[in-house]
Amino acid sequence: MNASLNYLDGNAAAGELSRVFSVDITSAEGQCANCGAKRRFAEAHLYSHCPGLIARCALCRHVLLRFANVRGRVFLDLRGMTYLRVDAAKQAEGSN
Amino acid sequence: MEGTAVLERVTWRVAKVVAVHDETATARTLALVVRDWPGQVAGQHVDVRLTASDGYSAVRSYSIASAPSSDGRIEITVERLPNGEVSPYLTQEVMAGDELELRGPIGGWFVWRSDHMEPIQLVAGGSGIVSLMAMIRSRRSAGSSAPFRLLYSVGGPEKVFYRDELRALSNQGDSVVITYAYTRVTPKDWPRPAGRIDAPLIAMGTWPSTLRPTSYVCGPTSFVEQATDLLIAAGHDRERIRTERFGATGERK
Repeated sequence: MNASLNYLDGNAAAGELSRVFSVDITSAEGQCANCGAKRRFAEAHLYSHCPGLIARCALCRHVLLRFANVRGRVFLDLRGMTYLRVDAAKQAEGSN
Repeated sequence: MEGTAVLERVTWRVAKVVAVHDETATARTLALVVRDWPGQVAGQHVDVRLTASDGYSAVRSYSIASAPSSDGRIEITVERLPNGEVSPYLTQEVMAGDELELRGPIGGWFVWRSDHMEPIQLVAGGSGIVSLMAMIRSRRSAGSSAPFRLLYSVGGPEKVFYRDELRALSNQGDSVVITYAYTRVTPKDWPRPAGRIDAPLIAMGTWPSTLRPTSYVCGPTSFVEQATDLLIAAGHDRERIRTERFGATGERK
């Protein structure tokens, strides 16, 4: 198996990220701080073989997010995104 | 403590196994009744947590296979992986009456809502069929007439999930158009040799891009990348393709 395909996507991070976000994060749009691509978080490439989770831009592979849960303390690094846009109104009417 | 309040907001719910049945020699469907289940949208998944007596715990994601309903009952279908930590237990040892810990429903992007009328193209690789089956079942239970097509890439006829239900569906008039693509073993006299999906198969088994369907592609990472590239090459708009990847081994996380 091609090692470069050893990733999942943002969908697989949503359960863990629900520890800190009260809204669905997979449908949020994030902008990559490196290449400027605007994508849904669901489309980010997710690496989960490490202690924690690393999401990378599907386009340029820049790290968008790092998440670690160490003995009940959650560390979240979001500096790889210039913003994360959540459609809060839309979510409120859906059943997420 | 202030910090703990944030972490405890996430609820692991207790799910009781009420029925199990085998889909294939290696896959089993578990019907669960979940306490305080808020309901789901087709395409969402759950996290299942197993905790050993020494406190070690493992969490895995599984797609919900059943259509949304209000009775707190959901079904998941689990493929057994040879070296899996969780799937052998869920497919071989769990019995009706057992309880599991479950978190969800999860995900608001890879979902189909039954009030959407646009043409839908489903593309499944192996056990990626599970979340797409939830969409097919949701369409039926809502009485939707949204045009649906399914391209189902699977190892062989004996690896097909929901075989009878899919056969019954494809025999109905206003229903889901299904194309099977066998990657290892084909049925007798099958017109196409076994192999991975390619451009001719996409041309035969999917809506033309001029219909501007929304596509849902679900399966192992390599499959999803390949299918997505083929759809884009066939003229589909990348913005209208939604994907969910299982990873190289098929075990999520």
